[in-house]
Amino acid sequence: MTARAGTAARTPSEGRRAERRLGWWLCAPAALVMVLVAGWPVLYSLLLSLQRNDLRFPDRRAWVGLDNYATVLTSPFWWQAFGLTLLVTAVSVVLELVLGMAVAVAMYRTVVGRGLVRTVVLIPYGIVTVAAAYGWKYAWTPGTGWLAGMLPAGEAPLTEHWPAVGIIILAEVWKTTPFMALLLMAGLALVPEDTLKAAAMDGATAWQRFTMVTLPLMKPAILAALLFRTLDAFRVFDNIYVLTNGAQQTSSVSVIAYHNLIGGLNLGVGSTMSVLIFLTVALVAFVFVKGFGTAAPGRDPEGRR
Amino acid sequence: MRVRAALAAAAVAAGLAAGCGSDGPATPVVNLYNAPQQNLSAIVERCNGLAGGRYRIVLNTLPRGADDQREQLVRRLAAEDDGLDVLGLDVTWTAELAEAGWIREWTGAHAERARRGTLTRPLDTATWQGRLYAAPYNTNVQLLWYRSDLLPEPPATWSQMMAASARLAADGRPAYGEVTGAQYEGLVVWFNSMVASAGGSMLSADGERVDLGAPARRALAVMRDYARSRAADPSLANTKEDDARLAVESGRAAYEVNWPFVYASMAGNRPGMLRHFRWAPYPGIDGPGRSPLGGANFAVSSYSRRPAQAFEAALCLRDPESQRIAAVRDGLPPTLESVYDAEGMREAYPMKEAILAALKTAAPRPVTPTYQNVSTVTAVALSPPGSIDPDRTLASLREQIAEALQSKGVLP
Repeated sequence: MTARAGTAARTPSEGRRAERRLGWWLCAPAALVMVLVAGWPVLYSLLLSLQRNDLRFPDRRAWVGLDNYATVLTSPFWWQAFGLTLLVTAVSVVLELVLGMAVAVAMYRTVVGRGLVRTVVLIPYGIVTVAAAYGWKYAWTPGTGWLAGMLPAGEAPLTEHWPAVGIIILAEVWKTTPFMALLLMAGLALVPEDTLKAAAMDGATAWQRFTMVTLPLMKPAILAALLFRTLDAFRVFDNIYVLTNGAQQTSSVSVIAYHNLIGGLNLGVGSTMSVLIFLTVALVAFVFVKGFGTAAPGRDPEGRR
Repeated sequence: MRVRAALAAAAVAAGLAAGCGSDGPATPVVNLYNAPQQNLSAIVERCNGLAGGRYRIVLNTLPRGADDQREQLVRRLAAEDDGLDVLGLDVTWTAELAEAGWIREWTGAHAERARRGTLTRPLDTATWQGRLYAAPYNTNVQLLWYRSDLLPEPPATWSQMMAASARLAADGRPAYGEVTGAQYEGLVVWFNSMVASAGGSMLSADGERVDLGAPARRALAVMRDYARSRAADPSLANTKEDDARLAVESGRAAYEVNWPFVYASMAGNRPGMLRHFRWAPYPGIDGPGRSPLGGANFAVSSYSRRPAQAFEAALCLRDPESQRIAAVRDGLPPTLESVYDAEGMREAYPMKEAILAALKTAAPRPVTPTYQNVSTVTAVALSPPGSIDPDRTLASLREQIAEALQSKGVLP
């Protein structure tokens, strides 16, 4: 009995194993490319982060263990940037979620000129971030800007901490709300009309239908959208680089890493920051996937249920 | 085998024939990377004409901001890019690029020609550990620029400035005295000159250790007092060179500490005010002040494939006539003393005697390969100048600069 069951299980598994081997061979080129373009730089950053490595002192390179990590993790500048990054991420993602949902519902329910509405909404996302950031920068600079012109004379919001942070968040939200709306609209399409009609028949108000039917059914799409945007927002760089370049304590972790790597030419400390950013991003993704059950893109839907 | 050798020989012969052909060998190109300068192309054209086919300079313009220029240069030098030949460097970058091995030392006849007739202070900015690494192109000093209709006698010290502003403010007249107090290089420049004026320095002479003794404490106290006095513009903590210039031109401020470009600007923008627009030496603390020292030098990249032509080109770009063109047409003070008496200088530089006098005592910025780090942490520690606490700020400056010198610690 057991022996027969064993052979029965083995016979198809021979074929399956061959198939799997073929599968491995088929995806080997792709995996190799991934290792080369993603794995090696990550590993190289990790190696650099364990070195004293300053391009200006080629003779003083040395392995220093975790010294760079101690330096970065005890630096007030790093924690200042980390705190600001968390703040920008949290505020902008929440605003984008609320606005994006409103835009998604509007786009989904539009009857006339649907194509036009969707195109118009997507324009901010289509503009290159750096170009848009320069637009914001000039708009808020006294003398050149229409927004600064509406402020009392002598106000230069980009030269003060909180106004500058506000403008950075505004630029982020303006830029990526359409992206959020697009992802959420795909989620809206998941909600069957019949369910909504049934709820309406049972006497649910529009708000009740939205919060008790639409939102729960959209949860996977919302979580995926939040995950994407949180990871993106945590790495915010271009907007800050253009708007303030980190002046007035507005550096994000990516900006401070850039200043240490490219401005300071300190590959050790800069790589340490990159590794810390990588770890934080990995942690955020882990929490989303494990904690909230966000589906990883391309994951087998059967495996999830 | 023999056939192949014959073919190779034929190819070589053909190559030689082409090389000596009627069009002559291609002129070697020397790539010049420099900050934006309006009439630099005229200087380049002149040198290309003089070169007579020995080299042809191609002008590549770097970004406008000094940090962006440095970033682009060091990024390409770190990658051993051989597309750079002559580099226009800010005076504070010499040590960094020399220590990293990115620029060539000037020796022999080239060094001799770069040194001859060059003013001492600018020449020092091109020197690192006793070796010459660049040929001085232009220099710069700050002066006190004031409106003689408001201040009949220019103040000579920072405390006289505060007193003069208090008097003007009491009379309800423009009282602000502008100085570069924003969190950037200009704030470091101000601090460095204040420390030097008080008789101290930021670093030891060899650039290895922090100095910042009692004179630095005195300098910090004066800066703090000034930032809290009637002389300080409310936007002092955001003022850069151009804001200072605009504040005086718009009539909001009575005087400013700034580079000589403000004179040409005043002549162009507010010719009516020019009659009362005067200059005086950089203000001191107790005695005479020591002006900041600016300027640019030409270096030759270590990765240049045509160093001989690059040195020649650099020397032509900073010869007396080139410097005269840069001075008269672009407002860049020369580094060759003889050019100050050249044609057109009297009209373009009515203040040239004051510049030459200031150059004798100007305070160079600290010379160290990690100047970028030192400058960044200094600017952050001093900003905003009104919240300087002399003892506490000095202690934190000493600690952070010591770390920066070792390229340890984190840059903000």
